Amino acid sequence: MSLKQKPDNEARQAYLGLLAKAPAHVVATHWDALGLAPEFTWLRVPEIGTAMVRARAGGTGAPFNLGEMSVTRCALKLADGVVGHGYVQGRDKTHAQTAALIDALMQTEAQADVEAAVLEPIQSHLDHKAEARAAKAAATKVDFFTMVRGED
Amino acid sequence: MYVAVKGGERAIDNAHTWLAEERRGDLDVAELSIAQIREQLKLAVTRVMAEGSLYDPDLAALAIKQARGDLIEAIFLIRAYRTTLPRFGVSNPIDTADMTCDRRVSATYKDVPGGQVLGPTFDYTHRLLDFALAAEGEAPVPAPKAEPRREPTPHVTEFLNKEGLIQGEAPNDETPPDLTREPIKLPGTRPLRLQSLARGDEGFVLSMAYSTQRGYGRNHPFVGELRIGQVPVEMEIPELGFSIEIGEIEVTECETVNQFTGSKTEPPQFTRGYGLTLGMCERKAISMALVDRALRWEELGEDNVGAPAQDEEFVLMHSDNIQASGFLEHIKLPHYVDFQSELELIRKIRREVAQAQTEQTQEAAE
Repeated sequence: MSLKQKPDNEARQAYLGLLAKAPAHVVATHWDALGLAPEFTWLRVPEIGTAMVRARAGGTGAPFNLGEMSVTRCALKLADGVVGHGYVQGRDKTHAQTAALIDALMQTEAQADVEAAVLEPIQSHLDHKAEARAAKAAATKVDFFTMVRGED
Repeated sequence: MYVAVKGGERAIDNAHTWLAEERRGDLDVAELSIAQIREQLKLAVTRVMAEGSLYDPDLAALAIKQARGDLIEAIFLIRAYRTTLPRFGVSNPIDTADMTCDRRVSATYKDVPGGQVLGPTFDYTHRLLDFALAAEGEAPVPAPKAEPRREPTPHVTEFLNKEGLIQGEAPNDETPPDLTREPIKLPGTRPLRLQSLARGDEGFVLSMAYSTQRGYGRNHPFVGELRIGQVPVEMEIPELGFSIEIGEIEVTECETVNQFTGSKTEPPQFTRGYGLTLGMCERKAISMALVDRALRWEELGEDNVGAPAQDEEFVLMHSDNIQASGFLEHIKLPHYVDFQSELELIRKIRREVAQAQTEQTQEAAE
């Protein structure tokens, strides 16, 4: 590995968020296509838990606890010592493991390959899905107009 | 009082085996898959997530299948499962202004910035049974598409707030109480009430809200805005030293604009109620906003007219359908010892009454 390639926090934040939000099967498909199986040791085996989701009264006011969501996390270390963390939505341990492997590989010279073969296709999958929903929503945009009431 | 009983194991096992068989139903009918429930009974799934207080569609679908469609039983299963999970942390407050809206309507402004977006709604349907759905195998007509909206979708209350016409919601970073960790303390705070209402029984919250509309603590609500959509959830990850998005959840948000408050020093202002639920739970979110508003009577300097929806203790202690059904349904379990003592008591009283009557008759005869 070379530390020069280490992604900055902002980039890491972006791809970890992408991996967390993407459906497990989409992550699996693109990861499998990459065909990498790096050796690693567990720092923290995949573990299913929750995160308490907070919101704000009136959207902007005092925080309150809305409810929890399921999250799976793990941490691992590649043979060369690079550490990867995975935090993903849901209860799929393989999803978390893949996210952690990708996080680790993104700090190595495999970065460009992982980005092109895994992260970009996942991003475009999510973009397409969001765009399709937004397009359907837009088709239901209405213009209400108020009628003048009759005099009698 | 419930006293433990022993025995009956074989009968219990057999009952549960039969339950499993009945759950499956007629073997000539295809079995439901979790994916089918998740995709095709989505509103049942979101209700179980909202009241189970755990966002996980697959788990909610499994619970619905296991509970044979009894949603309160399914919520019970989710709540029980949740208690087995460690909590990794607490998210940053979600930003609902940033929601990608599938639906967004305002009953107060027709030309609301960002537009009125109906989304996949039951509104304006004729509520006539559609027998075409009884004929299987037909794919629905694809939903029409239009150019996606690019403009931001600000909260309606935000632009009322710019004019100072509505009471503000000042942000703070106080740690809210968590009723899943410590028992409800009364009098409560608004964050506690919002948590309780968000996981409260839809039927109960709806009835409480309806009671305010019928005059028991009327608060003249307008649905300033109702929105349903996806919002990312961000959490601080200690081992990373920064926060990341750990997922995306669907939520329903309702903001009501209610009648005024004001004083000699403060000009009149609209007030507000807030409803937010996990998933797509529109009726519940509107109900929650009305009840939230009713419970704010003291803070807003209103009279307590003795309406049930103004009574924080009444609302908070009776809104949870798992607590309620737990206490209610336990009375069907064996209470033999309890009842035995009642039987002895009533026999004793009757003996005493009968004896007194005999003595009276004797006295009268003498």
